Amino acid sequence: MPASVGTVRIAELEPAMQLNTHLIYGLLICVLLISIPHAEHLPFWVSSLSVMLLVWRTYLAYCNRPLPPRWLLFAVMAGSVGGILIGFHTLFGREAGVTLLILLAALKLLELRSARDATVVIYLACFVIITGFFYSQSMLTALFMLATLTVILATWVHLQSGTLALRPRLRIAGILLLQAIPLAFILFVLFPRVEGPLWGLPQDAYTSSGLDDRMSPGSVGKLALSDAVAFRVMFKDHPPQRDQMYWRGPVLWDFDGHTWTQGRGSFKPPQLDSLAYPIDYTVTLEPQNKNWLFALEMPTQISIPAAMTYDFQLRQNSPVTSRERYSAHSQLGYRANAEEDPRQLQRALTFPYNSNPRAQQLAREWHNNSTSDEAVISTALAYFNREGFHYTLSPPQLGANEIDDFLFGTRKGFCEHFASGFVFLMRAAGIPARVVTGYLGGEYNDLGDYYIVRQSDAHAWAEVWLRRRGWVRIDPTAAIAPARVELGMAAALPESDSAALPLMVRAQSPALINVPSWLVNVRFKLDALTNKWNLWVLGYNPERQFAFLTRMGMEEITWQRMAFAMMAGMALLVGFFTLLMLRQLTVRNIDEVQRLYLKFCRALAKKGIVRETHEGPQDFAARAAQIKPQFAPAIADITARYAALRYGQSDAMDVNGIQALRRAVAAFKL
Amino acid sequence: MLAALKQQFRSWLFRPRIESGTVTLNQRRIFIIPTRQGIGFVFVLLVMLLGDINYNLSLGYVLTFLLGTTTLMTMLHTFRNMAQLEIRAGRTDPVFAGEMAQFVFHFHNNGMLPRYHLKIHDGTGHCVTFDISARQSVEIKLPIRAAQRGWLGSGRLTLFTEFPLGLYHAWSYLQFDTRCLVYPKPAAHQPLPDSSEQSGKGKFNVAGDEDFSGLRRYVAGDAFPRIAWKALAREQGLQVKQFSSQQGRELWLDWTLLPGLAAERKLEMLTRWVLDADMQEQNYGLRLPDIELQPGHGAAHRSECLRALALCGLPN
Repeated sequence: MPASVGTVRIAELEPAMQLNTHLIYGLLICVLLISIPHAEHLPFWVSSLSVMLLVWRTYLAYCNRPLPPRWLLFAVMAGSVGGILIGFHTLFGREAGVTLLILLAALKLLELRSARDATVVIYLACFVIITGFFYSQSMLTALFMLATLTVILATWVHLQSGTLALRPRLRIAGILLLQAIPLAFILFVLFPRVEGPLWGLPQDAYTSSGLDDRMSPGSVGKLALSDAVAFRVMFKDHPPQRDQMYWRGPVLWDFDGHTWTQGRGSFKPPQLDSLAYPIDYTVTLEPQNKNWLFALEMPTQISIPAAMTYDFQLRQNSPVTSRERYSAHSQLGYRANAEEDPRQLQRALTFPYNSNPRAQQLAREWHNNSTSDEAVISTALAYFNREGFHYTLSPPQLGANEIDDFLFGTRKGFCEHFASGFVFLMRAAGIPARVVTGYLGGEYNDLGDYYIVRQSDAHAWAEVWLRRRGWVRIDPTAAIAPARVELGMAAALPESDSAALPLMVRAQSPALINVPSWLVNVRFKLDALTNKWNLWVLGYNPERQFAFLTRMGMEEITWQRMAFAMMAGMALLVGFFTLLMLRQLTVRNIDEVQRLYLKFCRALAKKGIVRETHEGPQDFAARAAQIKPQFAPAIADITARYAALRYGQSDAMDVNGIQALRRAVAAFKL
Repeated sequence: MLAALKQQFRSWLFRPRIESGTVTLNQRRIFIIPTRQGIGFVFVLLVMLLGDINYNLSLGYVLTFLLGTTTLMTMLHTFRNMAQLEIRAGRTDPVFAGEMAQFVFHFHNNGMLPRYHLKIHDGTGHCVTFDISARQSVEIKLPIRAAQRGWLGSGRLTLFTEFPLGLYHAWSYLQFDTRCLVYPKPAAHQPLPDSSEQSGKGKFNVAGDEDFSGLRRYVAGDAFPRIAWKALAREQGLQVKQFSSQQGRELWLDWTLLPGLAAERKLEMLTRWVLDADMQEQNYGLRLPDIELQPGHGAAHRSECLRALALCGLPN
């Protein structure tokens, strides 16, 4: 019996609050709103089950039916837990946890028996909102969050007030939120930030589809369909020509006939000389969960700790899991590793000798017929240019000897096909060569004065090592589709292919004029806004907070000082709100009546009808009506209303009466 | 020792005293503490903050801070929901012991802010919930059980609110000098004393047969011809016609008529008689050990008699 005793006591402490139908509808809407952002990530059976539970609850509330028995809910819960265990193999991972929470919220609605249950649903709803930010933290998400929060607060007020109508509920929720926004802003700026993660490594924090450290036919081409932003660049002075904007990423050495990989190289430090054309810029890199950073060829300085590998890649010790910002210095003119380690050169000549015999034979012919390495390179580029090669997003499937198939069969490919084929030919002709992946170009945003480099700008090119000249960049794609280098991908692709590109990428090309200019403009504005949002809201990490507070004039930034400034700011704002809020408690309406009447008297005084000190309102009205007979009704009306409010029996607290007087005085124009 | 200190602290903090007139709720009178749900919500917020830090969720920080500052500001809203209310106790109608005394309080909201979901309760679980619109007054009746005759005070009442989110509990103690007169509980029905048995001076009121004077409930032993059959037909229960000859005769309801009964039982019996005599519109007088009320009739006389009975033998 102890259980029932406990229930009785709770009922006494919390007088059973009326969980009326409207409150239940409100809670249903809350759970629906928090589930919507998760709909696309949840397994289908979870979404369907949640919808079914919500519909079931709505039906019960609508028909005023009793709630299902506990054993039934328990069975559904056990089934869901089993389903999650089968689907996710755990209950505590992020995805599994979110799924479980959403199902719990929906099930809790079917178990609403007291105000306490409703409170649990509301707390759960607040918590589930935050899990949506794993997937998206865009401005749209933020707006949706504010809307959801308003509904949750209004429902919460409903729970606590029982009978309040919808409009005052929404008003109170709105007031609470409007007051919270400036306070939250202070907290957001000054709350001492700690760099996460506190525990574990959120490997799943960001799922990205960026460049990989391996390349096979189709791996770069599939990125071309993504208009996700890879990074944004702001140049300090003049930006370089577009055909100079090679953003260097992973360098690939080893080829197994299908895939290019980085492999392991020597630790001879990289050497650059004959530098020319310096350029400074700042990169804001999107999280990519990879160690490398991107810079223009060839970088010489970078503002964050990063190492330069023997093949001129910039690498960090840890993967980039949050948005990262760095400034870098590059030299567009350079001589890279004129003295190369012979072992490295040997690596750059290796290829699977038992494959692609036709390509090997062609390369040997070129080698035998040429006097220099440069001549072999020119022959190869001319071959690509003349022999009917096509640049396309949808190349045909290749057989076992991929290079042979491509060079002598399909002759259709994306940049990785050309880079791969070219490097293979070079190696077969005895010229050290390697594949470089990265991004080419970028789209200028004139509103934000920066360049956006998207995943669709991903590119692969080649480097060959020449005596005395070191590693020289050769872009075989340029030989087939020069427009790709000069104008961007959309311009280089045939019409049929570019239709498959995302709108953002398509509009990049001036050749495609069927995108209206206002749309391009809106797109730029949005992206500028998004960039600001990313920089200031999402990218507000400890470094950025430090930089911002320094710029605001805060010296010696310690968490104590930040906490102090935060408290002081909050106290000031709360004090201000307190004054505003408590003023409402003591407004005297009688003064308002007098003020309105005096306003009316001033209007008459302007026309020379001045009220004498001995004159009562009635006498004054009579005199004024005589002088201005056309306004007699209005004067009489205002005087009557004033007298009723001031001297009459009517309640001085009569809000409607005061409002009527206010309208009458406002309408009184002589 | 600790309990005594606690008691002393409470009496200093809450300053229990009985007040009259209009009380305005100012800061000094309103206390506020977080509720259990409030503490629970702070715990939820802390978990959210940990999640934000761990996953670098900037928008999560925004949400957590929004909810956190809402929680903070709610304290002010809860306080404001009660602040500057004017309260005075109203007249409370007398009741008979065993009934519910309806204590009346007038709440006036002088501001432009509507007040929602205020609750007032006494210590024994009677609770009334109400709202007050802007610039309005409401009259709240709080029922309290009247156990025994005499004066019944409202005791210390608690006015509280948890509006808007139930995260804080703001309350104020109210103890007005208002009191409710509690009449003795009327005894079970007994016939009025017969005038023939009266030995007192003055006039007697005899239940005679000259004038029809009203109906009273049937008591075993009443004569059959006097039963009001028409009333029975009207489904008014079994009643007996009463006739009286009042000229120059008055009924004395005398304490001494009831020997061998406990004092309280005597008062209950007398109360019953006063009610019956009043219903029959007789002239009756009341004689108690400490007071003698001359015969009379009417509502005022009835009230005077009942009051005398209620306060008989009690220190004023």
